Amino acid sequence: MLKVRTLFAAALTLACGCAGAGAPASAPAPTAGPVGPTYPSANDPRNNLKPGFYDAGTAAEGLQLVSFTPKPAIFDSTRGLTFINSDVAFRDHYVYQGNFAGFSIWDVSNPAKPVLTAAVSCITSQGDPTIVGHLLFISAESSGNRTDCAKGGVQNPADRMEGVRIYDVSNPAAPRLIKNVQTCKGSHTHTLVPDPNDPNIVYLYVSGLQGVRSDSTAYGCHDGTNPADPNNSLYRLDVIKVPLNNPEQAAVVTGARIFTGLGVAPTSEMRREAMAARSRGRGGRGGARAGGEAPLPTGPRNCHDVTAYPAMHLLAGACASYGLLVDISNPEHPVRLDAKSDTNFSLWHTAVFSNDGSKVVFTDEWGGGTGPMCQATSMMQMGGNTILTIKNGKMTEHGFFKLPSAQTAQENCVSHNGGLLPVPGRDLMVQGWYQGGIDISDFTDPDHPYEVAYFDRGPIDPPNDTTHASGRSRYTIGGSWGAYYWNGYIYSSELARGFDIYQLVPTDKLSANEIAAAKLVRMEQYNPQSQPHYTFPPAFPVIRSYLDQLGRDNGLSADRRSSIDQALTTAEGQSGSARGATLSNLAGQVDKDVNGATDKSRVRAMANEIRRLAAVSR
Amino acid sequence: MNSLTRPGPAFALIAAALLLVHVPTAQAQNPMPGMGDMPGMDMNLPPVKIPAGADYTEADVRFMQGMIAHHGQAVYMTSLAKAHGASDHLLTLAQKISQSQIAEIGLMQGWLRANGQFAPDSSAWRHMMMPGMLTADQLAQLDAAHGQEFDRLFLTFMIQHHEGALKMVQDLFATPLAGQDIDVSVFANDVHTVQTAEIGMMQRMLSTL
Repeated sequence: MLKVRTLFAAALTLACGCAGAGAPASAPAPTAGPVGPTYPSANDPRNNLKPGFYDAGTAAEGLQLVSFTPKPAIFDSTRGLTFINSDVAFRDHYVYQGNFAGFSIWDVSNPAKPVLTAAVSCITSQGDPTIVGHLLFISAESSGNRTDCAKGGVQNPADRMEGVRIYDVSNPAAPRLIKNVQTCKGSHTHTLVPDPNDPNIVYLYVSGLQGVRSDSTAYGCHDGTNPADPNNSLYRLDVIKVPLNNPEQAAVVTGARIFTGLGVAPTSEMRREAMAARSRGRGGRGGARAGGEAPLPTGPRNCHDVTAYPAMHLLAGACASYGLLVDISNPEHPVRLDAKSDTNFSLWHTAVFSNDGSKVVFTDEWGGGTGPMCQATSMMQMGGNTILTIKNGKMTEHGFFKLPSAQTAQENCVSHNGGLLPVPGRDLMVQGWYQGGIDISDFTDPDHPYEVAYFDRGPIDPPNDTTHASGRSRYTIGGSWGAYYWNGYIYSSELARGFDIYQLVPTDKLSANEIAAAKLVRMEQYNPQSQPHYTFPPAFPVIRSYLDQLGRDNGLSADRRSSIDQALTTAEGQSGSARGATLSNLAGQVDKDVNGATDKSRVRAMANEIRRLAAVSR
Repeated sequence: MNSLTRPGPAFALIAAALLLVHVPTAQAQNPMPGMGDMPGMDMNLPPVKIPAGADYTEADVRFMQGMIAHHGQAVYMTSLAKAHGASDHLLTLAQKISQSQIAEIGLMQGWLRANGQFAPDSSAWRHMMMPGMLTADQLAQLDAAHGQEFDRLFLTFMIQHHEGALKMVQDLFATPLAGQDIDVSVFANDVHTVQTAEIGMMQRMLSTL
């Protein structure tokens, strides 16, 4: 289900058109080139789920739906992308859910019964939110967005709003638009980068997928196609500086020029010959580009998403044809450390770091999120997650993971947004795959990622139905935009249907102790594209997570695991210094286990956790 | 059996539609790319009626209709690769372009139908000429090539073809009031982003042939 990926020059396991959903999968023989994952056979419970909008069939492993809440009435229509939900942000007991036509604020004090606190109408595709204190930032990209949020499109260019909207949500029941910050290429997404020194300042790195807006000279933007031109607004990310105590003063202060020097088109003989051939092909009219005109620069100039990891001063830029690693120690002067391109990516889309910053997962949004790219016949080496390791500021490609379940032609599906599930000793990622459902994968071993849990619904549209009775046409776009773990639950923004909350249930791939350890991690505020660093308090579930993992990988003998389990049970029944003594004694024994264990580092990590808990048991 | 010889149902249908009709003749009457840039020149397309209150314009409808034809020809080009002895590397690229653009044809048809507009089928390229599309002469050259020469011509022509798609997107957004419908806007930006990246990839492939 994974493989080490190399540039596809070496590649030709033309992925697996061979295994249909109903046919047994035949894994391609390992070769020097990439070996795609294979879909499971007809036994996968996700096959053949009943289609439906609210009544679709479901299949799950390791995840249980706690609540599903339909969209608020003002967004409850299905018309292409017009009313779809987008990304989410978290703070206190609220979830901020973007929508292409506004946003919702949910009170999730009781995850079994989310309460709609506000639904705000504002045409703002794609509406990705970030919450900082009482300020909510919303991305606006489409050229039909207006400064006044209204419908009807832009008749006068001065009314166009492409950039970042700032709302005051101190009263979450009555959000108030306080500023529209215009940017040169609009804002498909944006990423929070706190000032490392001044808690009153945050920066927003703005990713826009368009060219420079023709009407943006009014906002100080300059078009231009020369990547080396320091004044052009094309080859940069606009950076907005926000004084939190005076957000009306938020403004674009600089451009992050993280593309400079990347991917200028080759000027080889082959390129010139190609251009000449093209000219000939145009029947003599083709002199248009033959007069020494520079080749079109085809290197990246936009990122789809950038993920900041402020604790590590790092940023991973998912920038169309490149994945970038950037040092953001000084947010106004980011420095590119490394860039990777791989022809097995259609579109470097988003990124998630491992908690220790030694790995980064880049997703590929092949098909743009609207295409059904997880079919049994879909290319396996496209549209999934690629795991890279990071060492001394350089990235190295490792394994590849794609949803191991064939979806139908009616289901838009590709790797999409997610974040970490905090479990000691493991790197786990939870993410949405649109109508492929939500999925948790383990990338602890960067060469061998695998699936840990999933939840999937049947397609919204029935097969071979050009017009649904309700008037919905085919190609209804739906599924999970993003799925994120936050304070004990997984929250998923469903594009068409609404808002899902899940809880984890133990399986052989994720134990009750690991789930309990995850629940010890609490975050007041969570913006997934500005990745928080998490730590575990000293606690029994943390120790037992390691013990369970040593059972799973047989990294320590069963006898010793059993003895350690008994000692931990004894300590759990004790308190104060008695517990401390039991644990100190146990830590010493576990230290001695390291040498004889096959998974030494995990045994060592467990000993450290036992010692850490002993230290607070006084 | 590999996936080019046993593709998905959607591919099979389109491939069948493409292969039943033989090599294009309509382009011969209009051999100059650029001359047929306006899809409205195709007499087979019905006139566009825009309902009151719509977010889209005639230019949006023509863009979607024209891009179906544009994509249809790209998919046809990719269908030649296997039989013409393309390299493994090129076959992978062709498969990617084919699967990507077949999905997008479905999306465009879905949008047009949902808005009560005429949705061309994937063989529309045989009687519509959009920027960058191959002439009958170019198609004949491609069809006559084999092996490395096929790779070279395919890349050369597909770069031309993709650059035409970029022009279509630029023309759309340069048209007053067009490109504001959210589906069209998102799709057009996707086309621009993905095809720009693919042009770079194809240029690199071409330079290492």
